[in-house]
Amino acid sequence: MLRNPGWLSPLLRQAGTILVTLLGLLVLTFVIGRLMPVDPVRAIVGEEATREVYEHVYQQLGLDRPLWQQFLMYLRDVASLDFGTSLRTGQPVLQDILHVLPATIELATFAIVIGAGLGIPLGVIAAVKKDRWQDHAIRVFSLTGHSMPIFWTGMIGLLVFYAALGWVGGAGRMDQFYIGLVPDVTGFLLIDSALAGEWDVFRSAVNHLILPASLLGYSSSAYICRMTRSFMLDQIGQEYVTTARVKGLSERRTIWGHAFGNIRVQLVTIVALAYGALLEGAVLIETVFAWPGFGQYLTSVLRMGDMNALMTCVLLVGVIFIALNLISDLLYRVFDPRTR
Amino acid sequence: MTTPILEVEDLTIRYRGAPQPAVQGASFTLGRERLGIVGESGSGKSTVGRALMRLLPTAEIGAARMQFGRTDLLTASERQMRALRGNRMSMILQDPKFSLNPIRRCGEQIAEACLAHERMSKRAAKDRALAMLEAVQIRDPQLVYDRYPHQVSGGMGQRIMIAMMLLAGPELVIADEPTSALDVTVRLEVLKILDGLVREKGIGLIMISHDLNLVRNFCDRVLIMYAGRVVETLDAAELDNARHPYTRGLLAAQPRIGGSRDPLPVLERRPEWTRPMEGTA
Repeated sequence: MLRNPGWLSPLLRQAGTILVTLLGLLVLTFVIGRLMPVDPVRAIVGEEATREVYEHVYQQLGLDRPLWQQFLMYLRDVASLDFGTSLRTGQPVLQDILHVLPATIELATFAIVIGAGLGIPLGVIAAVKKDRWQDHAIRVFSLTGHSMPIFWTGMIGLLVFYAALGWVGGAGRMDQFYIGLVPDVTGFLLIDSALAGEWDVFRSAVNHLILPASLLGYSSSAYICRMTRSFMLDQIGQEYVTTARVKGLSERRTIWGHAFGNIRVQLVTIVALAYGALLEGAVLIETVFAWPGFGQYLTSVLRMGDMNALMTCVLLVGVIFIALNLISDLLYRVFDPRTR
Repeated sequence: MTTPILEVEDLTIRYRGAPQPAVQGASFTLGRERLGIVGESGSGKSTVGRALMRLLPTAEIGAARMQFGRTDLLTASERQMRALRGNRMSMILQDPKFSLNPIRRCGEQIAEACLAHERMSKRAAKDRALAMLEAVQIRDPQLVYDRYPHQVSGGMGQRIMIAMMLLAGPELVIADEPTSALDVTVRLEVLKILDGLVREKGIGLIMISHDLNLVRNFCDRVLIMYAGRVVETLDAAELDNARHPYTRGLLAAQPRIGGSRDPLPVLERRPEWTRPMEGTA
């Protein structure tokens, strides 16, 4: 064993794990690229191309070389952030994705804040009031959120809050009128409009964001709430909670000051997973709300058999999950002294 | 016996949904003395301790009288109970591995006991906790104060527990098997610390245990419980003169160093023992 300062070795181990996972992910995306029933050459040259043209492109793409060499070439491209050109848009895939991703991150982040902000307190209350009416009411509330398909709640939400009541904006990220008014700096509309000082655009963006984010948040709060409740029930039965009561602490301090601290590690894990799911899986809500995000992009390139774009999307989803795992691992160390 | 701190008469505790009460007709009084409650697992001894602190949300507690100082424990509101707990009555739990919150520093957990009851600065609470750590014979209080529970040994953890529970200066301390989870080597040390503090401060102690010898050595009086009933109450010194067959059976089942190597007698259990003996106090 190498002699490391105590805090360094877990970080090194973590870095090693991440590298191995990343490599596995790259193998996976590479295999997907080879196994898909799409001829990459045909996709580029078209159906009418002559044999010579076909052969030329075939060699240009390196498809005549052994598979391991192709994989190394793929690794080299990925390392230099060259993911090829999208067939659908004719632009570099990276540029495409950087264009659509902020919209989804904006949506997913608001959704997870709503989901966790709603789900965690409700879960704690349900655990504390187990089997009483509060618990039952919360169960109904969260089961409802869990069972209703998101595309349906999306349409109903639009009908009620946009069409009938007019409380929120409709489809898209902002009103038609404002599109193109704010320069694209970060891609995050709220940030860009604030930077540009265009508060009308900002307000319009919030108006458009609030409904899809709430619906997504509601649906993920259901899961977060159920998990919080069961984590909390585990803790409430522990002896140290009795100790807190014996000390004469109020119920609020016993629950939030003692029991809750011990579920943070578990909560971080499930919230991170829920966030990851929102980032990759907001396809349905993005469709209903005409939200120009990652989910829509992913489905469209999938339908077209746009291999470069598709492989990159899969890679990105994997990287997002690795990154979320990394962040939750780091948070474990903050929340639990035993892991330090 | 001095003026009683605690008077319990005909205490009956039934867990919701259970066919039999866990404790039935238990009566005792406690002055500034050390009372041992002994019995086998499931005899209801821990249940009595928790009922006194009203820590059994799923149980119904009934009694002719359950008086702690001037407070009627039967009718006290939850608010009144909170003011008592940790302040005038407290409880030392069995295993510091589970009874200390793993993610908070030991010292903070101790200091919290007086912060919960008195208006005082964090600084003052810390000083008091440090002094208390010294009182339970921890050599480097400042170091232990900043430790997390997983960083201290069992004996140390139990001393932290004692410090926490005696911090506010209670009149009554219930020790629920305070040394069962400890190594034999540190058991005596921890008991002596607890005993010293209890005598010095004139605290009424209820020591719940299944260890007859321990109770004999550290208590003034002993309550023997069997199947939810108090079957006999005696002075610790008189334990060998116990009259109840269950108590006698317990005593006979104790192995002795240097004693006979014949198999120990098997403990008898008879349903009729659930009635208290005539003429015992």
